[in-house]
Amino acid sequence: MDRSSARNDLLLMVVFTAAVLTMPIWLTPIGAGYPDLLQKFAIFGIFAIGFNILFGLTGYLSFGHAVFLGVGSYTTVWAFKLLSMNILPAVVLSMLLAGVFALAIGYVSLRRTGIYFSILTLAFAQMAYNLAYSVLTPITNGETGLRVLRDDPRVLDHMFGIEVGESLPTPELFGLRTIGYEGFYICAVFLIIAFFVAMKITRSPFGLALRAIKSNQIRMNYTGFNTRPYTLAAFVISGMYAGLAGALMAVTDPLAGAERMQWTASGEVVLMTILGGAGTLIGPILGAGIIKYAENIFSAFNEQSLHHTFSFLPEPLQNAAVSISTMFVGEGWHLTLGIIFMLIVIFLPGGVMEGFRRITRWARKPPAPRRAQKIQTAG
Amino acid sequence: MDSIVLQFLNGLDKGGAYALIALGLTLVFGTLGVVNFAHGALFMLGAFCAVAMQQLLTLSVQVKDESVTFFDAFKEVPYLEIWLGDFGTSIIAWSVPISILLAIPAMLLIGWVMERGLIRFFYKRSHADQILVTFGLAIVLQEIIRIWFGANPIPVSAPPPVAGSADIGAWLGLGAGVVYPWWRLIYFVFSAIILAVVFGMLQFTTYGMVVRAGMRDRETVGLLGINIQKRFTAVFGLAAVVAGLAGVMYTPIVPPNYTIGMDFLVLSFVVVVVGGMGSLGGAVLAGFLLGILQSFASMNEIKSIFPGIDQIIIYLVAVVVLLVRPRGLLGRAGVMES
Repeated sequence: MDRSSARNDLLLMVVFTAAVLTMPIWLTPIGAGYPDLLQKFAIFGIFAIGFNILFGLTGYLSFGHAVFLGVGSYTTVWAFKLLSMNILPAVVLSMLLAGVFALAIGYVSLRRTGIYFSILTLAFAQMAYNLAYSVLTPITNGETGLRVLRDDPRVLDHMFGIEVGESLPTPELFGLRTIGYEGFYICAVFLIIAFFVAMKITRSPFGLALRAIKSNQIRMNYTGFNTRPYTLAAFVISGMYAGLAGALMAVTDPLAGAERMQWTASGEVVLMTILGGAGTLIGPILGAGIIKYAENIFSAFNEQSLHHTFSFLPEPLQNAAVSISTMFVGEGWHLTLGIIFMLIVIFLPGGVMEGFRRITRWARKPPAPRRAQKIQTAG
Repeated sequence: MDSIVLQFLNGLDKGGAYALIALGLTLVFGTLGVVNFAHGALFMLGAFCAVAMQQLLTLSVQVKDESVTFFDAFKEVPYLEIWLGDFGTSIIAWSVPISILLAIPAMLLIGWVMERGLIRFFYKRSHADQILVTFGLAIVLQEIIRIWFGANPIPVSAPPPVAGSADIGAWLGLGAGVVYPWWRLIYFVFSAIILAVVFGMLQFTTYGMVVRAGMRDRETVGLLGINIQKRFTAVFGLAAVVAGLAGVMYTPIVPPNYTIGMDFLVLSFVVVVVGGMGSLGGAVLAGFLLGILQSFASMNEIKSIFPGIDQIIIYLVAVVVLLVRPRGLLGRAGVMES
């Protein structure tokens, strides 16, 4: 790697860190500057970065990544119950266990490629989800969801003499609370570390091998390169990212339910990655942010606030506008999501990042050498 | 013995639904080469054709209830009852079979619009793109249904003569306790008929022969001066109708809500993969096989040995099949193998 790109990476890292840490400031004007939403940005950002290491780099489309999210959440809550309310052991254990699950599922699923791989991961996810609801109820507490109780053993806390007060104990990191802005900054630090690791992976020879697998796995095999360990490593890493995201979900809200493992949750992270731009570093985080932000904005609208928004229109027009837009907001937010997603896949398969690239290219090169450009993109 | 027969029967209607949806999926894949994640949504749309028909037939007007004399009471009376009397009542009762008449043209139209409007732009794109765009479409369709019909399951009743249970035990000389809902038997017979019709069309008509030839070697058929594209679009329409009819007839068994398509989609994909992508016979065989296996796995005797097996049996079978025989039970060699 030459020096200039190393400098670019450093610059990217610094800008990214600054942007994440100042999120509460620059997101306030658009109404996203409050801790709950910021935490979601960070958590789903981690989830999407991890998913991108698998899908973006190797091209393996997993439809079962929510399993690792669920495993992370359950492990964290169990760690809270059995060990300590400190989040460090919980997070470490969650990542380890998610990694073990990813190793097992990946070892089997990666024997197949293409749609078969997608179906295999989907099958494992559905199995995990169904089991979590039925026979594994002693571990997962079924539909009610797993939660922290006052009289749980918490071995480590007892060892260090931390006693539970009258109220339910809350997760903490050496005295830092995990709610509000403190909670956001904990998640933000994890996000920055996750981003840094992902960048290192992408730039490393290992990342190069993964991208080579995406462009032509058969040719890689013919050159005598055993691709299996590489794809498996990518799968495990992305599973551990998902485990971390699941752990942070349970950290900010100590409750774990099986619905986190449902395949629609797996679909959501696919949407985020595609929307932002699969295979890019920033894209998945952008995608996660956009979807969570839009979800927040759109589902907050109701008929009254719509009437308020369209109050500049004359009465009949206003009613028409409200009745049309009410389909797309509130509970109808999924409709908007589906439409956006279809438009992205149809017109902008590279996601938002591809859009940026097109705009900058268009701005740099006026339409004159259009022909040459076309050939370039085709090749 | 009784319970084994019962479980076998239980598997048949579910297997029929799986087979019908999987048949459409694999037809579309075999002809157009498209992995259609919106196929479950077509099943759901079919189910809501039945709901819409029931709501249409029971459009009511408020009429003063003459039997209550103390105060003015009103009751809802469907228009059909007012206009046609008892005949109207029985039309309402038979709303599910009647809605087949609505479902066939409606699903044909929906299938055609879907293929011409969206799917055809994705022939040449990767399978991942196809999965993603049809997944988006499925979300959109199901949300539209949710806006229109609400989120709660809507019960649809079977016609009264077949609403009860059939005394299977007496027919087969088993214990008297072996009874089975009529409608589920009808569903099985119905799905068998539909399957026979589709296979007959493909096997014994010239049109179907050309379609099969196109599945084998699209280019050569095109070079012979046949517009194979047009026929493949028709096949997509056919697949939509099959999925829709499977949905219509399924409504009395499970009250449909807007997520029913997704639930069936995941299972039918597994069915297709087990049967072999692009193999029609495989889809049907795997559909019934998995349906029956699932109902056997939910027997208490088996559940006590392997707890939770009923929840995962289908996926477990899929994993084993994919690992041992990746082309599926009846799949042709070389179809999407790697």
